[in-house]
Amino acid sequence: MDISNYLYLSAILFTIGAIGVVVRRNAIVVFMCVELMLNAANLAFVTFSRINGNLDGQVASFFTMVVAACEVVVGLAIIVTMYRSRRSASVDDASLLKR
Amino acid sequence: MTSSHLVYLIALPLFSSAFLILMGRKADKWGHIFATLISAAVFGVGVSEFMAMHSRAGDMRAVTQHLFSWISVGTFQVDASLLLDQLSICFVLLISGVGTLIHIYSIAYMSHDKDRRRFFAYLNFFIAAMLLLVLGDSYLNLYVGWEGVGLASYLLIGFWNQKPTYATAAKKAFVANRVGDVGLSLAIMIAFAQFGSVTFDGVKAGVHGASPAALTALGAMLLLAAAGKSAQFPLQSWLGDAMAGPTPVSALIHAATMVTAGVYLITRSNFIFDGSSTARLLVVIVGGITLLFGALIGTAKDDIKKALAASTMSQIGYMILASGLGPVGYAIAIMHLLTHGFFKAGMFLGAGSVMHGMDDEVNMRRYGAIGKVMPITFATFGLGYLAIIGVPPFAGFYSKDKIIEIAFNAGGTKGIILGGATLLGAAITAFYMTRLMVMTFAGSKRWDDKAHPHESPVLMWLPMVVLAIGSVATGFLFNSGNSLVNWLAPVLNPNNVESGSELMKPIVVSSLALLAVILGVALAVTKYRTVPVEAPEDVSIFTKVARRDLLQDAFNETVLMRPGQILTAGLVKTDYFAIDGLVRLIGAVVSGTSTFLRRIQNGYVRSYALIMVIGALALIATIWVVTL
Repeated sequence: MDISNYLYLSAILFTIGAIGVVVRRNAIVVFMCVELMLNAANLAFVTFSRINGNLDGQVASFFTMVVAACEVVVGLAIIVTMYRSRRSASVDDASLLKR
Repeated sequence: MTSSHLVYLIALPLFSSAFLILMGRKADKWGHIFATLISAAVFGVGVSEFMAMHSRAGDMRAVTQHLFSWISVGTFQVDASLLLDQLSICFVLLISGVGTLIHIYSIAYMSHDKDRRRFFAYLNFFIAAMLLLVLGDSYLNLYVGWEGVGLASYLLIGFWNQKPTYATAAKKAFVANRVGDVGLSLAIMIAFAQFGSVTFDGVKAGVHGASPAALTALGAMLLLAAAGKSAQFPLQSWLGDAMAGPTPVSALIHAATMVTAGVYLITRSNFIFDGSSTARLLVVIVGGITLLFGALIGTAKDDIKKALAASTMSQIGYMILASGLGPVGYAIAIMHLLTHGFFKAGMFLGAGSVMHGMDDEVNMRRYGAIGKVMPITFATFGLGYLAIIGVPPFAGFYSKDKIIEIAFNAGGTKGIILGGATLLGAAITAFYMTRLMVMTFAGSKRWDDKAHPHESPVLMWLPMVVLAIGSVATGFLFNSGNSLVNWLAPVLNPNNVESGSELMKPIVVSSLALLAVILGVALAVTKYRTVPVEAPEDVSIFTKVARRDLLQDAFNETVLMRPGQILTAGLVKTDYFAIDGLVRLIGAVVSGTSTFLRRIQNGYVRSYALIMVIGALALIATIWVVTL
């Protein structure tokens, strides 16, 4: 199988994630879309690692996973706190910085 | 020689002035007496210095006093030093002597003014500044005094500044003087650039090797300064309006002393003018124009003080003209200055006395027959009158006759023109002074029944009597054995230059002058036998022009003021539209752009995310395009 197909898949996943971040209001969904983008990136890393025949990409994807895990902890905490305080998980409701 | 007493001449009145101002209303009761005593003390110091100087030999007479080192920059050294020589002592005695008399006069004249103390403080300040002017040993020290008297003049012209016209008159005098002061400061700069020194001695030492062009420029700038301070053409217009000040001020500052500072400046700078015939010619031209200019204005004025002011302008024109005639003229100019100081101050005080008796009426058409009710004023004024028109043996005869004589002797066409101008001036002087006398003291009474003219108190007529004695005696005193000329010779005419070829014998000149005077007097007496109370309107164009001061104000307004206003209006518009416009444009662009950019900051996380996506895409697209 042609290895570049993995890259196409990665690009498609990234695009879906990006569109999801932009169009969805629910913070949880937006968050999941961000994860999707990160994983698309991971897939690209691993694929490039395979193409180049070394482990650099694999190591980079581990780093990404670690950072993503931390991000999930903090991000979910924020979303939960937000939901508690305003009974909504919509990102459009959280526009206080402008006002 | 050095002396340690010179500083008192300046320090005493300066201290008194500051003291009276700082004491405030507490000093109201005795301030005027204090100031008068100080002025008398200054006169005393002056007399003792004169006695000491007189007893010394001719070349030992000048004394100096070093006060402190003022400016010390590299090789440029200016000391605050005083110099009292044969020329300065004349001025010291005139300023402190006439000044003291006018202080005494003012005690009575200003007795109803609640600001009399302030008035005396200013008078003392004037004395201090004027003495610094004549005692400074360098142009820079002179400049300090020069500005000081300008300030005193401004303060005293505008003493009754609750009247807007008086305040404007003060401002006018100040501005006209500034123009002249530019000349003096430029002269100081030229002197420093050329000779590296601003002391009289330093400049005198450098003159011999200097280029004629530099000396001419220096002389012209000094002349400009003199024209500003001495109300000479073309800066003469302020003097008439300066009569807004109280009459003692007009007598002291605008007749006897300050306005003659220009003559002092020129005679003091004799070494410069000796080196440049062009500069001397300029001086003579300015003096000649002014002496006729002032005399013509004098013929048409109905305001007694303005007529006297025009006369002052004219007489200073005589002095300037004489000082422009070179070594033979300097001492004569000073002689006329001193005699003029006496008789003109005396006449101004007389005018003040008349005004005092007539409820401050200045219009001579409302006077008439005052000689009967104010005999002392009439007598003292009359003596001053005889002195100014040059009737022998009064003071003006000696000094003015000498000027006419040396003007004729100037040589060639120049001599004829100058002599003719001075002779014509003498005739016009006789005419307008007779007119003034006739309108004020003779004829029938034209004043209202409300006015009760009466003789002034003794404090007022005593100074007038002293000055009248001066107007009788000084001419004879200065002229007997050429005493003043010889006295001043070490300073003004060290090489003993004799007058050039005589065009006419002195006796012929005197006769001609006397003839001119008689003509002028006769014409005035016949013309002003009856004086209408209202000034006649159906007069020739010449009279109308002379009434408007020969259009000097109209000229200044159209040629200087209006273009100046247009220029400033243009500059204001340029500033508003071009400079401010640019600034405002930048501001508008920035604020317009930010209004547009602000819309991006809408607070929605999703739109920020979209912008990031777009940005990332744009970045990738750019990289792709570049690497393609």
